[in-house]
Amino acid sequence: MTLNDLFVLSPEIIVTVSALIILILDLFLAAEFKRSLAGFTLFGIVLAAVANAFIPIGSAPLIQGMLRVDAISQFLNLIFLVGAGVAALLSADYVKRQGIARGEYYALILLSTLGAMLMGSSANLIMIFLGLETLSIPLYILSAFMRTRSASQEAGLKYFLLGSFASALLLYGIALLYGATGSIQIDEILAKLPAAMLATPLFVYAGGGLLLVGLAFKAAVVPFHMWAPDVYEGAPTSATAFMAVAAKAGAFAALLRLFGPGLMQIDSAGVVIIGILAGLTMIFGNIAALAQLNLKRLLAYSSIAHAGYLLLAITAAQSTPLAGTAINGLLFYLLIYTLMTLGAFGVVILAEGRGENLSLSDFSGFASRHPWIAGAMAIFMVSLAGIPPTAGFIGKFLIFSAVIQAGEIGLALIGVFASVISVYYYLRVVYYMYMRPSTSERPVFVSGFIVLGVGLTAIAVLVFGIYPSVILQWLPQAASATLP
Amino acid sequence: MPTLNQIIFWFFAFTAVASGIVMITRQKPMQSAIAFLVTLLSLAGLYLLLDAQFVAILQIIIYAGAILVLILFVIMLLHSHSGEGSTSKVPLQRPVAILLSLILFGGSIYLFASTDFGVASTPPSDMGTAQNVGHTLFDKFILPFEVASILLLTGLIGAVVLAKREREDSSNDAH
Repeated sequence: MTLNDLFVLSPEIIVTVSALIILILDLFLAAEFKRSLAGFTLFGIVLAAVANAFIPIGSAPLIQGMLRVDAISQFLNLIFLVGAGVAALLSADYVKRQGIARGEYYALILLSTLGAMLMGSSANLIMIFLGLETLSIPLYILSAFMRTRSASQEAGLKYFLLGSFASALLLYGIALLYGATGSIQIDEILAKLPAAMLATPLFVYAGGGLLLVGLAFKAAVVPFHMWAPDVYEGAPTSATAFMAVAAKAGAFAALLRLFGPGLMQIDSAGVVIIGILAGLTMIFGNIAALAQLNLKRLLAYSSIAHAGYLLLAITAAQSTPLAGTAINGLLFYLLIYTLMTLGAFGVVILAEGRGENLSLSDFSGFASRHPWIAGAMAIFMVSLAGIPPTAGFIGKFLIFSAVIQAGEIGLALIGVFASVISVYYYLRVVYYMYMRPSTSERPVFVSGFIVLGVGLTAIAVLVFGIYPSVILQWLPQAASATLP
Repeated sequence: MPTLNQIIFWFFAFTAVASGIVMITRQKPMQSAIAFLVTLLSLAGLYLLLDAQFVAILQIIIYAGAILVLILFVIMLLHSHSGEGSTSKVPLQRPVAILLSLILFGGSIYLFASTDFGVASTPPSDMGTAQNVGHTLFDKFILPFEVASILLLTGLIGAVVLAKREREDSSNDAH
């Protein structure tokens, strides 16, 4: 490990050190000052984001071939850090209100972010596995963080058992691929795959399939989504918000590294399977969301449906001339998904008051009681549905146009139909807020940090929708050149 | 005429499989655990035959030592009175489990039978020694090593967060 390696790793190192400092500070802080830990978390995240902007990028794998620090991983790191930062804002007063204000909460968020960052820059299957575990284990703990509530315990246990199962499948897939190609280096595997395909095709199919299943589980792709609604509902809402963005973004970062450009040249079966998964996820996620009256479950199914749109981008990235466009679309969509999902969960945290399980009818007449919060929620719902002038529309537009250019007209049509279905349940929330008379007077819990988080994400969703070039110019332009 | 190596191999291979069968057929979890210990020790013997001294030692220290003790603790805590296995079963658990294992078994047999592995090259004599493993671990795999240590720390934090009794909820927990 050289000095340059340490320099390249600096965002990861800053995140880790912040987590450790928080654990130590937590020992000495009195309960009433625990809120300042959220501020320290934000400080660490901003510092890491600044370091991330200045690290030298290149396409060659670094640190004995473990990490690839290129424009894609730089942008992915930014997405993870934004997600963690907004999640810390949403958590600060929520954990205090629920009586779970402990320093470990922030340390776990930071460690999980570290895992996602490692996954995004993996050049080696070992790093993918370790990154995935570092991402997931804090999430299991965060789901069960409200340990005196049985729903939270159940969420943690369910997520942990199914998640470990998925990790084991992923590890089995890595072992089989290593057996087939004799390498765990991703670019070497891609180079050796054609030969391995002829010699031991079953090992390659079984290994690749198991890898796909493991990552699809983490991304909550149909048919590996069963855990998501229960876990999202039972976990503390601020942890759910973080989980919805961190696990999804991390899993898609790894899917991009593993099943990104280059797969189709070797075998088209993989692309067909990913396309089928994308179609199933979009259709099932959106149809199941129609029946949901509990807000957290509704957002869970919405996050499943969005995994489908993101998978579309992975299929489009297969045709080499379009890889750059498709990857740019995927990265843009991931960032926007992070912002709008966190914002929507932020509103749920505000509207939950001191209770749990916010249902749609609690939103009746919400706009007359809290016009600003209702306005922000309306922006997030419109953006999740993909209607202009919000950023959600630009994201869907980028992905669907890449898919159509790649010649997958059928998949693009399924995506558009699924989006039309989704308009119904997203706008129903808006309908309840604005058109229904006020029935219940559920007190709203207003906190400066959460309002700041919701406000920032709402402004970002609107601004990036009207001026998408603000983000588009930061996207890795020649993305196809940096992937093997 | 079999060589000494082959005789030792068949001895360890037979013990490993036989104790594996004993493990899954016993009713009492304690007997299963002891049979599992024999399996682990015979596997360590097989590793020694393959010149992987370090892996063999690790197998004994970590699996036969630490993990088996952990399993014994769980058995003692869960079945401290009876020593019997759990009686609650999912309906049709046994036939479905047997069917799935047979499918997995058939699949892996087919996979290995249909693959031409060729003859492996003889590894260099210093492969698998503690020195060599250390070099690889702290040179090529230094980053995974560090990440794994963070991962273990996370697990520790999780155990403390979920299990430590706090002052305010001690009144609920006390019996």
